[in-house]
Amino acid sequence: MAQDKIDFVLAGVGGQGTILASDILVDVGLEAGYDVKKSEVHGMAQRGGGVESQVRWGSRVYSATVEKGEVDYLIGFEMLETARWIEYLKPGGDVVVNRYRIPPPPVNMGTARYPDEAEIQNLLLTRAGRLEWVDATGIARELGNPALAGVVLLGRLASHLDIADELWLGVIERLVPARFVDLNREAFRRGTELGD
Amino acid sequence: MKKLLSGNEAIGYGAYAAGVGYGVGYPGTPSTEILQSFSTYPGVHAEWATNEKVALDVATGISYAGERSFCTMKHVGLNVAADSLFSIAFTGVRGGLVVTVADDPGMHSSQNEQDTRNYGKFAKLPVIEPGDSVEGAEFMGAAFDLSEQFKVPVILRAVTRLSHSRSPLEVLDELKPIHSGHETVKYERDPSQQIPLPMNARRMHREVEQKLVDIAEWAETCGLNRLEPGSSKLGIVASGIAYQYAREVFPDATFLKLGLVHPLPRELFFKLNDMVERIVVVEELDPIFEHHIRLLGIKASGKDIFPLCGEFSIELVRERAVAAGLVPPREAAVRSAAPIVINGLDAASGNGDGDAAEALVPSALPPRPPMLCPGCAHRPIFYVLQRLRALVFGDIGCYTLGAAEPLNATHTCGAMGAGIGVLHGVDMVGVKDRTVAVIGDSTFFHSGLSPLVNIAYNKGVSTVIVLDNRITAMTGHQPNPGSGRTMEGVETPEVSIEDVARAFGFTKVDTLDPYDLEEVRRVLKDHIDSPEPSVVVARYPCVLNTKEKYAAPSVDLELCNMCGTCLNIGCAPIINRGDHVEIDHLLCSGCDYCVSVCPRDAIVSARTDGGEE
Repeated sequence: MAQDKIDFVLAGVGGQGTILASDILVDVGLEAGYDVKKSEVHGMAQRGGGVESQVRWGSRVYSATVEKGEVDYLIGFEMLETARWIEYLKPGGDVVVNRYRIPPPPVNMGTARYPDEAEIQNLLLTRAGRLEWVDATGIARELGNPALAGVVLLGRLASHLDIADELWLGVIERLVPARFVDLNREAFRRGTELGD
Repeated sequence: MKKLLSGNEAIGYGAYAAGVGYGVGYPGTPSTEILQSFSTYPGVHAEWATNEKVALDVATGISYAGERSFCTMKHVGLNVAADSLFSIAFTGVRGGLVVTVADDPGMHSSQNEQDTRNYGKFAKLPVIEPGDSVEGAEFMGAAFDLSEQFKVPVILRAVTRLSHSRSPLEVLDELKPIHSGHETVKYERDPSQQIPLPMNARRMHREVEQKLVDIAEWAETCGLNRLEPGSSKLGIVASGIAYQYAREVFPDATFLKLGLVHPLPRELFFKLNDMVERIVVVEELDPIFEHHIRLLGIKASGKDIFPLCGEFSIELVRERAVAAGLVPPREAAVRSAAPIVINGLDAASGNGDGDAAEALVPSALPPRPPMLCPGCAHRPIFYVLQRLRALVFGDIGCYTLGAAEPLNATHTCGAMGAGIGVLHGVDMVGVKDRTVAVIGDSTFFHSGLSPLVNIAYNKGVSTVIVLDNRITAMTGHQPNPGSGRTMEGVETPEVSIEDVARAFGFTKVDTLDPYDLEEVRRVLKDHIDSPEPSVVVARYPCVLNTKEKYAAPSVDLELCNMCGTCLNIGCAPIINRGDHVEIDHLLCSGCDYCVSVCPRDAIVSARTDGGEE
């Protein structure tokens, strides 16, 4: 084990695939030899509301929920939802954010304004040590299915973590339906090749 | 083999591993997956009952017939089942009987917060509380042993953060069937123990009290409660998920970790008191351990440090512990270097127009409240009710979201089935404000039948709308008596809600297609204005369950004058772009309701034949 603990928060909107992505993250952690716990909320929160999964890797994990201000990686599937979770990030932590907006109801009704990209970047930089914008939904659309955005983001995350790509790909192969395996492998690869 | 299971899945597995052949429940977040998980194991039988009381009665029958059984529900479900629970607390059980109840501190998906440990005290029953998935499975086995050893029903309490957290546990490699088929079972008749008429019940009460004394004695050594030695400065008392938070915040303390949370031991607390200088209780919701410790004459802190309301978290426990001087503040991490931005705006343009605009803070971000799903057939009914300025009495289900912005079309929300009874009361005193009750199909079978027959019987005048999507949608699409199949997928007759209403004495009963805008307007107005009691069944299957999806309509920018009508139906894919609206093709289900409400025909259906794609 490289580190004593690594905490992740995956934040997005219901239907964006945060649960699959966090399931992958959990299995990768287990295979890498960590004790792992994960927490998420179902039910009312899923009806178009914000959703989040919390994943913790460590030598011994007690709580399945993370501690505010101690999270190592914030993976944002949607810009506004990423901003909402920034206080959970530890100062100097990593943010990977999908450049993708889903306006919430108050914005559509004209009673609130969706913050612009600069405002969101400034907010994320109040804590982030490294902030990476990824056009994950755009890449996923190129691959033919916007739901692949989560795996593109995981590919990006993987290049920050000291774990072999083969381990990630093995887990992805196990967790996604057989007919989608190739597409998901490709989405992961596209994620790893961005930046750097 | 090691597997990663949620708390709920682990509890379901634990029942199977304890040789339990029968499970019954009513869906309710966060408890639902317990029974769903159990139903996947070989040789077991699982049923969704019509409500929690029925579930507990069925489980009691299985137990009286000598078999192990369990039933599942959320915290408010136990209120429904409480009548039966108190009764079987007196009669006791034959086969082990465990009632698994999931509380929802923080009210992620509930209308109130309840601490089910109180039911242990109130109904005089043992309560067991696991703290992670490993204990979820293990404690289920322990609960059945306890139930059979003392012949009592046992409550196993979970909370949202246990139910919906995943952690690894060791599971059996080979899954053997519990039952190979249905054998004939002989019922041992025992009326003196199963009929709590006063002459028996007076004896039973004394037996129940004695059992509690005996179980409290057993609690000293049973292994569900354990002392974890640590520093002599501080002793922490905690159970379940609160124990996990406390472990993070007080890594060096001595712990009394409680698994049997009612009845509580005595000697273990005296032992803890001898070991440490100070005792602090970390318990979510009610101060149950704290009061017990105080009654033993031991000094302890608890609710003077930690809050009574809401859900705990590591940071909350730490913040309060720091304020109380129990632990030093955490050393704040500092960012060692200037932040790196990749593929973003460069730092110079970071402030937008460069003006000293107010910096954004997370609490000022626009909220994203839940709303009716795209394509939800409840939306057309609420939209018309809103247009008619109806006064709407509701209860619990997806359709509670009819109360959300911008529909604002529901005015009260009571417990399951409450809307119908409340409506009858409102109508009784002479409110003429276009009053109606709304209720979902699963809720109708759960608690809608009694108040509906009450209206007919008492010569009421009310209109009840059943929002019938043929499934229990809110909790993840569990079948109900209107669905035509059982939990195990066996075909069964679909109950006609219209026939039920007629059998109760309603003569004005109509069925609606919610998407027929004109028909909905006409029928709802007619029913509301009619002086006789009436029932409207608005039937359309849940599109999430049937996966019904068509291509999204598009907006003709020449025709759209941004009147805002479509934005007022409260559908997430319809996006306000300032001078026009746009429809998000990924989120849209293609139900075309926005097409029918647009007064300028500016939203154009993508369906070529007006029917199937």
